Order: sequence, then C-alpha cells, then structure tokens
Amino acid sequence: MSAPPVLALVLAGGASSRMQRDKAAVEYRGERQLDRTCALAARHATEVSVSVRADQAHDPLRARWPLIIDALPGAGPIVGIRSALAHTPGAAWLVLACDLPFLSDAALAHLLDERDPGCLATAYLSAHDGLPEPLCAIWEPEAASALADFQAGGRRCPRKFLTTHRAKLIEPLDHRALDNINTPEEYAEARAILEAPPGTVRMQIRIQYYALMREQAGRSEEAVETRAATPAELYAELCRRHPFTLAQSLVKVAVNGEFRDWTHALAPGDSVVFIPPVAGG
Amino acid sequence: MNRFRFATAAIDVAAAARELRDPAAGGFASFEGWVRDHNEGLAVRRLEYEAFVELAVKEGDRIVAEATHRFPVRHALCVHRVGSLEIGDLAVWVGASAAHRGEAFDACRYIIDEVKHRVPIWKKEHYLNGDSGWVNCERCAAAPRHTDESPHAPCTHG
Repeated sequence: MSAPPVLALVLAGGASSRMQRDKAAVEYRGERQLDRTCALAARHATEVSVSVRADQAHDPLRARWPLIIDALPGAGPIVGIRSALAHTPGAAWLVLACDLPFLSDAALAHLLDERDPGCLATAYLSAHDGLPEPLCAIWEPEAASALADFQAGGRRCPRKFLTTHRAKLIEPLDHRALDNINTPEEYAEARAILEAPPGTVRMQIRIQYYALMREQAGRSEEAVETRAATPAELYAELCRRHPFTLAQSLVKVAVNGEFRDWTHALAPGDSVVFIPPVAGG
Repeated sequence: MNRFRFATAAIDVAAAARELRDPAAGGFASFEGWVRDHNEGLAVRRLEYEAFVELAVKEGDRIVAEATHRFPVRHALCVHRVGSLEIGDLAVWVGASAAHRGEAFDACRYIIDEVKHRVPIWKKEHYLNGDSGWVNCERCAAAPRHTDESPHAPCTHG
C-alpha cells in the first residue's frame, strides 16, 4: 500500500503577543511571511491550506488561501493539526508554523525524504534544545485518534505528544532552518540577514558530490559556511579548497534538486550539486 | 507511473516490455545499451554507473514525457542500471509502444539520445591496463593547466 498523500497546513492562528503585531503579516524582501510560507509549502505538497481560528476567517491576508478553521474546542496548534486531520481523513499533513523565515526547500525536501508513514509523525529535532519540533513536521492520518486521546487527557503540547508517541525524529541539515521569530528584536535580526545584499552574509550550504568530483573532494557531501551569493561563486570557492580539475563551463549545477543557472541566488540551507559531464547510456 | 527509473540489479527486459502492452498498440520497439569491451582505443574490463538519483529521475521522466508527446506513442519507459557492470551486461533499456512502428522507433531514438546528454548519470571505466577513468570528464582533467597563483586554476577558467 502506498503512503497517504501529503497536504500542507500553514498555521496562522497564533496570537503573536510577544511580537506585538500579526506574525503572519511581517514582511521579508517585500513578501508577507504567510505568503512566503505558503509558496514554499506549495512546492512540496499538492495542496496548501491555512489554519485559522474562527474569528480570523475573514482576515484579508488569510482569506487569500484555502482555510481550515479550528473546528474543535481548545486552543493552540494541536487544535489546528486535529482540525486538518479531521478535514481530510486519510491524508497526511505537512504542518508548518508561519514564523520560520529561514525554512528552505532543502529542509522540506529532506523532511519528506525521511518521512516514515508507519509512525504517527516525522519531525525535526530542534538544533537548540534537541526536542522535537511539531510545527515543521509531517503528521500521519493515524495521529488523529491519538491526538484526540491526548487532548482528552487534558494535555495540549504537541511537542510533548511527539516525545511520548511513536514519531520519527530527524536531525536538521541546517541549524538555522527552524529558528522561529517571536519578538521585534528577532524579526529585525532575521530581516537583516534575509534582506542583506548578496555576498555580505555567511550562510550554510550543503553540497553533494558525484563521480569525478566526489573522488577529488574525497567525500560525497559537506556543509560549508559561505558568503558565495551564486553557485558560480561557490564553485570558485570550492576549487580553492579541493583539487577539482573541471572548468566551470563543463559543469552544470542543481540547487534543491533542480537544474539552475550559475547566477541563481543561493539561500541559507540550500542543497547544491555540481554536475560533471554526464555519460549515461 | 514513473517513466524513467533505475535498477540496481539486472534489468528484467520481459517485465519492462509487458508494462508497455496496450490493445491500441500495433508496434513495439526497444533499444538496449550494452557494456562494450573497448572505448577510445582502450580495452575495458568493467564499468560502474553512478547517478544523482533525485534529479536523474525527474529529468528522465521529462524526457520520456517529451517523447510521448512528440511522436505520439502509447507508452514509453527507460530503465538504467547503476552499480558495477561487466562486459556484455545490459546498461540501459528503452521501450516504446505505439499504434504504428514509426513512432515507436522514433521515440526510442529520442529517449536514448536525450538521456545520454541530459540525465545526471556518470560512467567510470576500468581498463585492462589497470587504469580507470570517468567518461567525458578525464580528458579535461589531463589538459595542461594555466599558470596561475591558484594550484587548481583550471576550475575557474572557462
């Protein structure tokens, strides 16, 4: 039997009390956080819905997306997750908080690769405290009844749920990908990083090597901290570190599993593969 | 259906061809790529295929879909080996079924030609003389290097 399909749920029902303004509406590079997160999710799931409280259903920012309105008593993300599981029985949900500005395609692709549909959920472990991160996780259909029992027992912390139930927990590739933004200070810092001119910020990039380049690098993958703004700059930097012999003109590049130009803008957490001349057939 | 896939063991040709059966198909053509005992003047002992599977499957699927639209065939499939192969082993299999033979032949030709150029698969040849080399990669490596302060100058020069 094949694994249940994965739909995406972006949580935008929070009170944003510490931020003192609606977290879903804060902007990075002129794009609102909710829209950024939904666009990212749409690249990895067939459908994207936004989880809201009943009193937010007519908010213009949220109403641009298909909504799943909290349909159960109680409060907090667990209600949003349960409402989604009840909304489409048989589907698994890629649940994402809408306050993760560094979340990347690479992080979601890795989570989906690592998914174990035999568990109730597949989640990242936080790079900060080593605990599961329920709001960047895949929740399987079977989690519905277990979550109902959990909440009926008076508990509401989905993180606690993941530590006490059968969940696959994986290490993040990029320590910053799950950083959430709760205060105006954290927002200012995240914005400075995400909006800095190319080449002025160090970011972590994961690189995988194949064939001749794998042998020359002496490894099949590595993570580097770099100021390279494009794959071309990154390649030049890596050529100083490894005895690569292939001119850039002979090599192609993929970012997050898709062919890209050498001038493509790299983002924190991206996964890059340099492709030496191919020889299939 | 995945129209392009990898096999880590011998390709089951009969099973692959069965997947392309269709009551509306009057013609079926296939192409087989075999491991040859020589290349560019060197005697080959065996070879290894390696792939960037995630992107290779995406690109391979795109190629087969292009062929299916271009030539209208009923079904088409390409199976490529990875791992270690001996002389005479089947390295790649392409099949297409169509209403008439012409489209089936054309689709096979298109798929194998595009796969060779576009799909991230690499081939390492092991020669009888004990040497080995990555096909299409090593000649550039052997080219004379530019004089430059960087020890690995050729990388950064187009």
